[in-house]
Amino acid sequence: MTTNISFLLNGDEISYDVKDHWTLLHLLREEMGLIGTKEGCGNGECGACTVIVDKLAVNSCLYLAIEVDGTAIETIEGLASTDGTLHPLQQSFVDNGGIQCGFCSPGMIMSSKALLDENPNANREEIKQALAGNICRCTGYIPIFKSVEAAKEMGGQNE
Amino acid sequence: MKPFTYLSPKTVEEAIAFHGQHSETAKYIGGGTDVIVKVKEGWMEPDFLISLKKIKEMSELHKNEATGELSIGAMVTHATLEKSLMIQNEYPIVYDAVSNIGSLQVRNVGTIGGNLINAVPSADGAIPLIALDGVAQLHGADGERSSDVKDLFLAPYKTILKPGEILKKITIPPQAPRTGSAYTKFGRRAAMELPLIGIGVLLTVDEDLETCTRARIVLGVAAPTPMRAVDAEKYLIGKKINENVLIEAGKIAADESKVRDSVRGKAWHRKEMIRVHVKRMGLNCLKKIQKIN
Repeated sequence: MTTNISFLLNGDEISYDVKDHWTLLHLLREEMGLIGTKEGCGNGECGACTVIVDKLAVNSCLYLAIEVDGTAIETIEGLASTDGTLHPLQQSFVDNGGIQCGFCSPGMIMSSKALLDENPNANREEIKQALAGNICRCTGYIPIFKSVEAAKEMGGQNE
Repeated sequence: MKPFTYLSPKTVEEAIAFHGQHSETAKYIGGGTDVIVKVKEGWMEPDFLISLKKIKEMSELHKNEATGELSIGAMVTHATLEKSLMIQNEYPIVYDAVSNIGSLQVRNVGTIGGNLINAVPSADGAIPLIALDGVAQLHGADGERSSDVKDLFLAPYKTILKPGEILKKITIPPQAPRTGSAYTKFGRRAAMELPLIGIGVLLTVDEDLETCTRARIVLGVAAPTPMRAVDAEKYLIGKKINENVLIEAGKIAADESKVRDSVRGKAWHRKEMIRVHVKRMGLNCLKKIQKIN
């Protein structure tokens, strides 16, 4: 079955006909071409597909597209300014070696954004908790935690 | 993923009616963190998924201050419980358990009701609700009924719910003064882990702040379903709680557990961990009680 849904995507109003069985990840990547969000495990174990739905970090691979009707969604594509200036979190991940192969980065950054938006002074323990569902197989986690901490100093909670 | 039709009822009655129309081919879906995985993997092949997300009363978390009864809608997410100051302060055993389920992404979406009716032996959510003498409110085509949470589980992945029946909410009776509670999930690593063993302890003490008047020791992964270590609980009643008494209670609990070897751990290790953590959680309860009183 197909259902028309409306939602905010990175601030833009979107109306889309979605199939009932599409996941949000499928809608973003395969239908809308927003391939910044990655599919890792597809089972909610790795966090590569993390996006923000109504301020909450969720695994878009386990979230049905039809259920985002009426919500506000943020993806990695919405972070940089239109002039290309990176969001503090993105810049900080670049500066601090929080990125190696880059596959986990969009998920890491979206989880970090949800955290700092809610808790701009998150400490190392809170950062670890918030990123516990995001797996990185390259850098290890120390540069990533450092990136989030540095972004915090830069005002990472701001748009 | 195999295509299905998504239905979004606004009331419990409507959901049950949908299920009645499509019975064999319909499944309920809550947060979806388990159901979607099952559909993707082909373990579940519904033609209709009936979502419980739009049923307002099922997402309510409410404490009746007059009666002291806590009501947790089955669709309340783990993250909602985790962030609630009322839960953190008054029901710490619930906080201990739900704050360690899966990842934040899963807790933001996954629900306490889903955690219960999945009925996996490792369900962290069940342990605190059993320790708190929780009662599950069920609603089906034949009307409503209730069951103690401890009696919900028949076997791994099997509950007493009849086809089409919905777990609507869990109610927790008022807690006695001088009650402390704590839960720990013991696993191989800190994050994204299923428990090797889960240990929940709840103690109520007399006005002397020592003598135990009520005890609940609830174990996860210690048997095919969550279990109460009733012999250990009985042993504690009337005793002045201290480390030695709790060590003995831990031994009794380990002996009455039905732990076994599995891919995640060995039976002997699980027994040892029950002994250690019953003591630790008991001391933790006592500390909480003495801090407040």
